[in-house]
Amino acid sequence: MRTSGPGPRPQAPGPLVDVRDLVKHYASERRWFGLGRPRAPVRAVDGVSFAIPSGQTLGLVGESGSGKTTVGRTLLRLQQATSGTVLFEGVDVFALDATRLRALRRRMQIVFQDPYSSLNPRMTVQETLQEPLEIHGLAGTVTALLDEVGLDAAFAKRYPHELSGGQRQRVGIARALSVEPQFIVCDEPVSALDVSVQAQVLNLLADLQARRHLTYLFIAHDLAVVRHIADEVAVMYLGKIVERAPAAEIYAQPRHPYTRALLSAVPEPDPRVAKQRIVLPGDIPSPANPPPGCPFHPRCPHPMKSERCHTEAPPLREITPGHFAACHYAERPMS
Amino acid sequence: MLRVRDLKTYFVTEHGRGTARAVDEVSFDLYPGETLGIVGESGCGKTVTSLSILRLVPEPPGHILPGSVIEFEGRNLLAIAPRELRSIRGNQIAMIFQEPMTSLNPVFTVGDQIAEAAIIHQRLSRGAARARAIEMLKLVGIPDPEQRVDDYPHQLSGGMRQRVMIAMALVCHPKVLIADEPTTALDVTIQAQILELLDRLQKELGMAVLLITHDLGVVAGHTDRVVVMYAGRVVETASTTELFERPTHPYTEGLLAAVPRVNAPRSRLHAIPGQVPAATAWPVGCRFHPRCPYAWDKCVAQEPPLLDAGDGHTARCWLVIEPERRQGTR
Repeated sequence: MRTSGPGPRPQAPGPLVDVRDLVKHYASERRWFGLGRPRAPVRAVDGVSFAIPSGQTLGLVGESGSGKTTVGRTLLRLQQATSGTVLFEGVDVFALDATRLRALRRRMQIVFQDPYSSLNPRMTVQETLQEPLEIHGLAGTVTALLDEVGLDAAFAKRYPHELSGGQRQRVGIARALSVEPQFIVCDEPVSALDVSVQAQVLNLLADLQARRHLTYLFIAHDLAVVRHIADEVAVMYLGKIVERAPAAEIYAQPRHPYTRALLSAVPEPDPRVAKQRIVLPGDIPSPANPPPGCPFHPRCPHPMKSERCHTEAPPLREITPGHFAACHYAERPMS
Repeated sequence: MLRVRDLKTYFVTEHGRGTARAVDEVSFDLYPGETLGIVGESGCGKTVTSLSILRLVPEPPGHILPGSVIEFEGRNLLAIAPRELRSIRGNQIAMIFQEPMTSLNPVFTVGDQIAEAAIIHQRLSRGAARARAIEMLKLVGIPDPEQRVDDYPHQLSGGMRQRVMIAMALVCHPKVLIADEPTTALDVTIQAQILELLDRLQKELGMAVLLITHDLGVVAGHTDRVVVMYAGRVVETASTTELFERPTHPYTEGLLAAVPRVNAPRSRLHAIPGQVPAATAWPVGCRFHPRCPYAWDKCVAQEPPLLDAGDGHTARCWLVIEPERRQGTR
């Protein structure tokens, strides 16, 4: 039995965050005001496992409905998981009682995509940042926090609506930092920002990671953004991880046809690159009604696609050391 | 095809904060059959420019200043009667928007909405218009168009809705299509589908496309020429290949360096310091000078005009005539 109480921390240089077989199903709503047949549950996250070593960044990439945001929220217990285990420094997060969970929350924080809706519009920056310091009885100061995220002390008096998108995101990051966390879930932190500001915030996140030895789960839909921050990348499709590998490896040699298509779909800012674009047919299926077999098979452009893909779901398996892919034909070239 | 000259669209702001000069003396030409990209970040005036062309800017608070010219087939769209404008809008010049869900009417079927323009502009009968709607759905790659024609917008996915928007825009075979961030709200794989569709339709129908986007990747792959906007001004124009090979305005240069790329090694991104100034208080002199790594006293004193950098390439920057200043500042 794993103990979840205080005591000596595990000595092994194991991962800081270890997610095992995480599942989140949203309960079915009955049709016709609760009287009809139940619908199939939405399998938002369907058996996801990964580990993040201390001080590293895992990029979690996927399109709408892939379940990437739900992974971030369930592992922080902002939403109740259906099943699975999350270990934080060996401690079972889902087994903690309210008091211990609160203590742990200090060490795990989140930065949201839209800082405008996650900051209280009636609180000044000063009040927003002061609150967690007081609740947790921390010695930090608002001025020091603002300085750390590259904002002048004068911003303390401002309200969120007086800030630009980039400045608001810096405040969101400062708020996460205020409780001195070890781990931050960054949920699309730069998706709403303009390119020039996006670069500023990405660089800031990288600097903070180096200075404070932070560990990130970086959730994004944009493989190009993830390229600049992640040590390892996991690609999700319909609630499952379909590929996971060290960053350099997955960009150089993607194994899953979905990852290949995603990479080829990123518009390259270079007109000379006559890309061999793989344009996937069809839409992303609903996670309430995923296709049988391999969930990607209806859109899959792999030339070896076979009957097996329609019936048998490919497990996530190790293709080369450290490189996992969920495709029956991951070893075969696509072209 | 379309000549825009000295377009000025200003907005009167609330609380007496002054006038927002959202679009300030913008000029460009759109030639038949080409795709012209207008690229820039939030607040640069690209969307207001596109809305001004069809006089869709809400007045008040906005107004297009006298002296602005938008010439289409010899007529100034800003000076003609509303009735005449309506015969052009949606007929010869059509527009698609970023968010199809808010631009489609939720209580009409997509077929009705596509047919509407054909009934109004081409006087088609209901039956003929419905047949045209089905034909258009087929053209934009919607499966089972005979069934889908009776669907309501909420029954379609985001990508399908954008296809419907495109079908609506193209039903009268316009000569000019204005596409304002047509793929920004879509997932990457769906974005790729829609961009491919627009490319194909443009070739088939031979229309001119004005593609408004913040995404330099989209510009690189899908336009012939580019207009870069910053702070209400055109700061650079060039052919697409020329712009990416020889970005001349420091803003364009900075923007290109700031784009994350999948094929680059993991590295620190180049960030443009500071942020876009407010439209009510553009900086004096060159509007980019507070963020520019090369700026010198001349840039503060005097705003440069669009200077000719050769081969149809222009940039609003003194570096064009004093290139030696570019050295040693980075």
